[in-house]
Amino acid sequence: MSIIYFLIGCSVLLALIFLGAFFWAQKSGQNDDLYTPSIRILLDDNDNVPSDIMNDMITKQEEKSD
Amino acid sequence: MNQTASIEKTTCYHCGDDCLTPAYFVEEKQFCCFGCKSVFEVLSESKLCNYYSYNDHPGVSRAHVDKRFDYLNQPDIINELIDYKDDNITIVTFYIPQIHCSSCLWLLEKLNKMNPAIHYGKVDFLKKQLNVRYNHHQLNLQQLVELLYNIGYEPVISLQDIIKKQNSPAKDNLVQKIAVAGFCFGNVMLLSFPEYFGISVYEQTFKHFFGWVNLLFALPVVFYSGWGYFISAWQNLRIKVLNIDFPLALGVAVLFIRSVVDVAINNDPGFTDTLCGLVFFLLIGKYVQKKTYYHISFERDYRSFFPVAVNIIINDIEKPVPLAHLQTGQRIIIRHNEIIPADAILLKGRAMIDFSFVTGESIAISKTLGEIIYAGGRQTGEAIELEVVKSVSQSYLTQLWNNEAFTRKKDGDNQTFNEKISKYFTIVLLVIAFGSLLLWLPFNASKGLAAFTAVLIVACPCALALSTPFTMAAALSIFDKNLFYLKSARVVEQMAGIDTIVMDKTGTITNGDSNGVELNGDLTTLEKLLIYSTCINSIHPLSRMICNYLGKNYRLPVSHYTEFAGKGIVATISDHQLKIGSGDLVFGYFKETPGITAIHILIDGHYLGYFSIKHNYRDGMDQITKLNSSYDLLLLSGDQDHERDGLLRFFRHPENMHFNQSPQGKLDVIRSMQEKGHKVMMIGDGLNDSGALKQSDLGIAVTDNVNNFSPGSDAIIDGRSFEKLPSFLLFSKDAVNIIHVSFIISLIYNLIGLSYAVTGRLSPLIAAVLMPLSTVTIISFTTLATHLAAKKRHLL
Repeated sequence: MSIIYFLIGCSVLLALIFLGAFFWAQKSGQNDDLYTPSIRILLDDNDNVPSDIMNDMITKQEEKSD
Repeated sequence: MNQTASIEKTTCYHCGDDCLTPAYFVEEKQFCCFGCKSVFEVLSESKLCNYYSYNDHPGVSRAHVDKRFDYLNQPDIINELIDYKDDNITIVTFYIPQIHCSSCLWLLEKLNKMNPAIHYGKVDFLKKQLNVRYNHHQLNLQQLVELLYNIGYEPVISLQDIIKKQNSPAKDNLVQKIAVAGFCFGNVMLLSFPEYFGISVYEQTFKHFFGWVNLLFALPVVFYSGWGYFISAWQNLRIKVLNIDFPLALGVAVLFIRSVVDVAINNDPGFTDTLCGLVFFLLIGKYVQKKTYYHISFERDYRSFFPVAVNIIINDIEKPVPLAHLQTGQRIIIRHNEIIPADAILLKGRAMIDFSFVTGESIAISKTLGEIIYAGGRQTGEAIELEVVKSVSQSYLTQLWNNEAFTRKKDGDNQTFNEKISKYFTIVLLVIAFGSLLLWLPFNASKGLAAFTAVLIVACPCALALSTPFTMAAALSIFDKNLFYLKSARVVEQMAGIDTIVMDKTGTITNGDSNGVELNGDLTTLEKLLIYSTCINSIHPLSRMICNYLGKNYRLPVSHYTEFAGKGIVATISDHQLKIGSGDLVFGYFKETPGITAIHILIDGHYLGYFSIKHNYRDGMDQITKLNSSYDLLLLSGDQDHERDGLLRFFRHPENMHFNQSPQGKLDVIRSMQEKGHKVMMIGDGLNDSGALKQSDLGIAVTDNVNNFSPGSDAIIDGRSFEKLPSFLLFSKDAVNIIHVSFIISLIYNLIGLSYAVTGRLSPLIAAVLMPLSTVTIISFTTLATHLAAKKRHLL
């Protein structure tokens, strides 16, 4: 049963790593803004949509919304 | 498809407002104004039209903007605004209230496409802030702001820097403390389970090992997470106050010491599980109570209303000067829609000053040359030149902030239920603890000590400390859903104790664009011209309203003119006899319909109808009036009393209505009521109410847009929810009742625990069960009860 000492050591170590990771995230400001990334991810990275395709997209969207 | 076309024809592609003129038309798209069109052109030039594909009409109307940013060239102003600067780059954060949809986010984060000098733009959506890093050799701050302005996102730049205050990191590290406490709590629980289920005699070494590891985990909980309670308790003891932190700190200390003794000497498991759980739940309670509204500021004063800089004239050259450096004797130039920052004498130009924000009077007042114009007024019309006679901080309006009401800390005034009760609670707790110690001491000293510590452990007011935060947090979120934003949880209890309600008039009980004029009857162009020419001579607000209604006209020369105060005007214009005014003046007898103000027109003996002035009181004013039965309802207006009769039905007695109040006067009225022992709630909207809001026990600012300016206050209510005020008041009382009931529940748990404790038989297991059980009961009870109460008041 002495294996318990080792197992507890492992589990505590693992938990400490997670705690450390949380502290790092907190310190580096990852939890400061929890809302904006949820919108940002919905936006396309593709900036150079030519304007005629763009207009197509818009009309399609408008048709849909009608 | 036809429908789409017609929609496109009538609404602006940029902002979605109705297009009144087809003049602004570009690339088959219709715009409502030049501003909206120019934004589109800027975006299409930079190939950023994706902006319009994420949302329909993502823009905000730009019909009325004209701003100058010259002052952003001044190095001392720049230094105050930026966050960071080195040889090449500058980082700055702007507050941009227009941010409202994903298109805004997308566009603002694509700023670097529009100007390569910008490294990045990063939006914080909830705070409505934009963080920009740029190369200041290639782009200066003024150009950056102008770029933002050109794409329709003009940042709010004000003297009072709310952004920096908001972004400064929280000093208390509460989240980290909770993380540590939670981490230790979880591990300790894990290691305590064997003990709960019983460890066989052969495995006693484990018991010892678990005990020591648990103690190790308890160390950071006591000395990091829970340390704040010791500090707070000690600080309060020094000023001879027994607050709830004292029994909490005592409980934590006793739990820890007893655990150390148990583990080290008695080879018992100790109370580390209870200890970690206690601190963990307490901190969560603290966290829940701390609700922040990023997009709302409760601390605004005149500085966030005034501009950062003003243009002065030296030797015929205009130069922007920071407001703080503005001196008496300097000549300033104020353009259309700009605010006069200091008391000044009018030197040049036609001044039409809109004092709506300062006095509550909604109609612009014309000023003659040589007259003193008080700070806070907004010039409408042409540019004017003024000479400053008082510095900004000494001006008539801003002097209000020198009043002691603004320096005094409000929080200490009203003790919450928790603070009141914890004093007695602590005393009773200590009496029981020492009582059981003394009773046991003659027979069994060790049992006495055990009982003494057990009492302190079990009676530790964890549930009591949690009942307020959880009730308040639930209440706050319900208020929040109803567009009523409270500065802190404490405000709920203050609201429950109110007995007098004072309201401002313009903007508070009337809508922003206060009055609607309606013409009942037909008038020819000539007759309209006659009426206009008559009314333009009068400065009475009703005359001004009629003139506004009739629109711009030329003035015919008036050969005879008499104004009867409070009645109307009799005038003669090129052989036409005009009588305009109340029924009393026009017909010689009183004939008024209640609820509306009518201005009758009589030209050459013919009755032509009347103008009715409808006072657009906010919806639900009748609901508010019902408060009369349980509260004293008063009116405190900076306005003249021409609406006295119309308001009488809301406020019952003429003596409940105070008119012509200066900002200082409002403050004094509130104070005199407080001195009579009333708990006063002030509801106002403008800078002129600031003093009264601050002086009152509970100041509520009414606004039609929470992102707009609202003066410093304890709570901000959206105009749309104004009618729910009676429900809010009742609900706040419910919340306080819930706290009382949950206090009784926590007392029952304490009594159960105490019955074990005084006999000295408290086992760690019982403590470990009782503590979370009571906590869970309290949390679920308060949350449920608060939601039920909200349902009952129709707030959910």
